[in-house]
Amino acid sequence: MQEPSLSHLLPVEAIATGTEADDWRAAIRAAGELLVSTGATTSAYIDEMQTAVDQYGPYIVIAPGLALAHSRPSPAVLRTGLSWVGLAKPVEFGHGTNDPVRLVVGLAAVDHDGHSSALSRLARLLADPERLERLSGAADAELIHNTISEYESSEET
Amino acid sequence: MKILAVCGMGIGTSILLKSNAEKAAKDLGLDADVEVADIGTARGAASTADVVLTSGELAAELGDMGVPVVVVDNFVDGDEVRSKLGAALEL
Repeated sequence: MQEPSLSHLLPVEAIATGTEADDWRAAIRAAGELLVSTGATTSAYIDEMQTAVDQYGPYIVIAPGLALAHSRPSPAVLRTGLSWVGLAKPVEFGHGTNDPVRLVVGLAAVDHDGHSSALSRLARLLADPERLERLSGAADAELIHNTISEYESSEET
Repeated sequence: MKILAVCGMGIGTSILLKSNAEKAAKDLGLDADVEVADIGTARGAASTADVVLTSGELAAELGDMGVPVVVVDNFVDGDEVRSKLGAALEL
């Protein structure tokens, strides 16, 4: 089966920039609210993502400045989707090496691997620290979405 | 050989670990299968694995797995996975 593309899983409506969040719970909530507003999850998934950090710690901070907020496939997940929250101020998640967080990517998935190509592609895009820094602080959601779409087409050719 | 990528939920970091580990294995010339497990099923899955990849917090939770446990700090950095995997397997 053809996997959905990254730019499809992360529509421009699911991208927010300059978001104010006082702590990691608020930062995850912001990413969750975009998953809800774009129809990927119900609001129960926001609590599930926060509970995952309560349970397993801040390991979701997967690189310096970058958190991948997510929980398990559950009834709260309506379809696989991503969201993007650039934070106005860096937020501490309590991670030993990767704090503070500037960008929260929210992930909801209906199964374990249907999104693996898209997520791996996003990871490659954000693996460049300079690009991660630039996109974390970018103010224009359209520009972020275009950057992602262009990266996606460059990898496909 | 079998490489096991462990994360809390089985949909996020383990997917990234799998992708990086497959690339690292290829670069290191290993004939490796990379499997994914969440923290609940990791112990059983590790019984047939040669090496486990996971994060610092989850490594502490897993404890002694009977095989080398490689702790990854940066899940988007393929170079880190390659060098740590190579070191763990004494390549």
